[in-house]
Amino acid sequence: MSQSPIGRAVRYGLLAGLIAASVSAIGMVETFNERDIITGFLTLGQLLLYSTSIIAGYLAVRTKDNEQLNAGPALLNGFVAGLLTAVPVIILILLTVAFPTIRNSLVNVSPALINALTFGQGPYAGSLILAAVMAVLGLAGAAFHILPEKVEKPLFNGVMATLLVGLFSEVLINVFRPFPRQIVRIFFGTKGIQPLIAIIIFVAAVLITIWWEARGEQRFARRRASLTEEDKQRNRRITLIASAVLVLAAPWILGLYLTEVMDVVGIFIIMGLGLNIVVGFAGLLDLGYVAFFAIGAYMMGLLTSTGELGIAGMNFWMALPISVLAATTAGIILGIPVLRMRGDYLAIVTLAFGEIIRVLAASDLLKGAIGGAQGILKIGKPEILSFVFIQPQHFYYLILAGIALAWFVSSRLRDARLGRRWMALREDEDVAEAQGINLVSTKLLAFAIGASFSGLAGAIFASRLSSIFPHSFNLLISINVLCLVIVGGIGSLPGVVLGAFVLVGMPELLREFAEYRLLLYGALLILTMLVRPEGLWPSQITRRELHADAEEAAREGPQHEDIHPLVG
Amino acid sequence: MVMSQILLEAKHVVKRFGGLVAVNDFSVDIPESSICSIIGPNGAGKTTFFNCVSGFYNIDEGDIFFNGASIKGRSPDKIAKRGILRTYQNIRLFGNMSTIENILVGMEPLLHSGWIASLFRTPSNRREEEEAQARANELLNFVGLTGLGDTLADNLPYGDQRRLEIARALAGNPDLLLLDEPTAGMNPRETAQTTEFIRQLRDQTGITILLIEHDMRVVMGISENITVLDYGKKIAEGKPEEIQNDPDVIEAYLGRGAAASSTIDL
Repeated sequence: MSQSPIGRAVRYGLLAGLIAASVSAIGMVETFNERDIITGFLTLGQLLLYSTSIIAGYLAVRTKDNEQLNAGPALLNGFVAGLLTAVPVIILILLTVAFPTIRNSLVNVSPALINALTFGQGPYAGSLILAAVMAVLGLAGAAFHILPEKVEKPLFNGVMATLLVGLFSEVLINVFRPFPRQIVRIFFGTKGIQPLIAIIIFVAAVLITIWWEARGEQRFARRRASLTEEDKQRNRRITLIASAVLVLAAPWILGLYLTEVMDVVGIFIIMGLGLNIVVGFAGLLDLGYVAFFAIGAYMMGLLTSTGELGIAGMNFWMALPISVLAATTAGIILGIPVLRMRGDYLAIVTLAFGEIIRVLAASDLLKGAIGGAQGILKIGKPEILSFVFIQPQHFYYLILAGIALAWFVSSRLRDARLGRRWMALREDEDVAEAQGINLVSTKLLAFAIGASFSGLAGAIFASRLSSIFPHSFNLLISINVLCLVIVGGIGSLPGVVLGAFVLVGMPELLREFAEYRLLLYGALLILTMLVRPEGLWPSQITRRELHADAEEAAREGPQHEDIHPLVG
Repeated sequence: MVMSQILLEAKHVVKRFGGLVAVNDFSVDIPESSICSIIGPNGAGKTTFFNCVSGFYNIDEGDIFFNGASIKGRSPDKIAKRGILRTYQNIRLFGNMSTIENILVGMEPLLHSGWIASLFRTPSNRREEEEAQARANELLNFVGLTGLGDTLADNLPYGDQRRLEIARALAGNPDLLLLDEPTAGMNPRETAQTTEFIRQLRDQTGITILLIEHDMRVVMGISENITVLDYGKKIAEGKPEEIQNDPDVIEAYLGRGAAASSTIDL
């Protein structure tokens, strides 16, 4: 079906405009305006708002069969798309003029927002300026697309590098904290990077890309090709040692606040690795995964608390295996009744199990034993001889050890007989059983090992915070963990780590995101499913699975007529 | 041919689904190292009987003996471990696993290494894995899939998928192999190859094979004994020549009018 280019421009323009108007109306633009990317020039809110017209302009020029539009019509398309992006936003602005009471229903449509949208020029003049700005940006998006790739790529990398450095400038300021304040000030404003530095980063990224494209890539490939197997092995070892040193030194480079963020991410990585076994390897959709996290945490709390709820006054190291064991047992107890359930039914029952545990923890019934809504206080910290783990940095290493253990167990089991049984179960339960696989033990092992990782994460979590409350163990944790497994790439161990950094680390670093965390998850999930259905860092298997068509097409050609002997 | 010992013995098997009697008072004896077939029109209850033997369905009446012991009410994995493995009418491979992994899963009844041993890669665990890999490769060659070990099962051509399914079933070292329409969807050349393969398989290994098949050329060519099902009831039993001329069978297949004047067309 052919589609007139201008029709695309109208469609993309209005769609992008609706997105721009919605993110404005829900307050995202205003909240994000508080974060500078380039000090005094560009805020995150502006970036969010105006990128819609740039993208609309860019997409409006792209044709399905990749035929190049001529420059004239292409620029016109971009212009129209950009202009139309402004329309829904202007409607929003004019609505506030027509109905001053609109804030009663759209609480986030504040005067400050309208002021920002209209450049402080009042609704009418401001709307015109906005339309002009967006049209020009749409034009820029289109122009960007029709540039030859040689120019497009360096520009793109330049813009991206500048934006990324700007976005995470708070992190970088933290990393550079040992340097004198005046020096740091040269690079960064109170928020965001200084304009001059932004330009330098942009130019540097552009130049590096140009060099890489022209010379570097070939030179690198040539050097790689000339390496002997021994050299390669040595390089690999050096990389491994270097990254190990970096990971070990990270808390002292990153500082207190960022290490704290890393700790949270790490706890989610341990949980993600556990859920990855249940969902990714064995294909059992578990929505109540937080229950085991809670059980691990409460067990650690009860066993080590020096408060009135403490029952044993154990030290952390004794309580840790008991907490993990408790979670594992809970995994088996949940596993037994759901052995015969599949798919949706399994998801619903596990969901309910997670809720039951949370409601029990908060209930007055068990208040005497586990504290009800007041939770458990004064939970013990790990000690080695006279050294006590207090700081986030100390817990960082504990969590790192937990991740290493979970990773080791996951990867060993994946490549072993049990891993194959899990995968067969995921592929076809009936056939797996008819091949002699015992479903009961295979499923229970998946639930139990998955739960044990979650219990480990919970126990560390409890000790790290010293106190736990039932509301920390809500459904959202299960959803978070599931999302990071899916976004990272289901069944993939590096995917879990990457997913945790993106879905847990990012909202922690960019506080403005936290409020819109669920929106971000939703958008990211949809985007991942559309653009990279195999996840950010897919396992070998899923990559093959989702690109099977291409592979098959490649196989078809030359091998089509060969005859396989039946008996070798 | 001298009849040897009976390997599988179904006695008056009845399987009902609500009011429908899918298998009705069905008895059959499968001698050791024989190739036997079950034929019958669509919906006659052939696959249902297979599902009863492999443990997917619990039979309502009667009993099934394998190697002299009853397997009634046993779960599929227990039956598989006793030595009955099967293939499926619609290919059911583990599509997102590689060819070699499919065969390794098939080897499940023979493997004993525990998961804790595989965590530490104990010597015995390593040895078992190596032996399993070697045997899987042998099987791959045996069914003519040499060099395709790392290919995803879903990406194999149709004929290769059928072969892989047989290899997966053979991997568990079964005494009895149930093949549910092994040549369905194959062209005449592939059908001939597969028929020859089944015959050689039995001749070389002495395995017992029970198959469901629609292609009369295959059935008449390799079966030593044929059982005919219609509406869940056994209507005939015997050697291929006997079945070919049996008026009841011809009627079931071609209708009453044809029964007077024809034999089953080869």
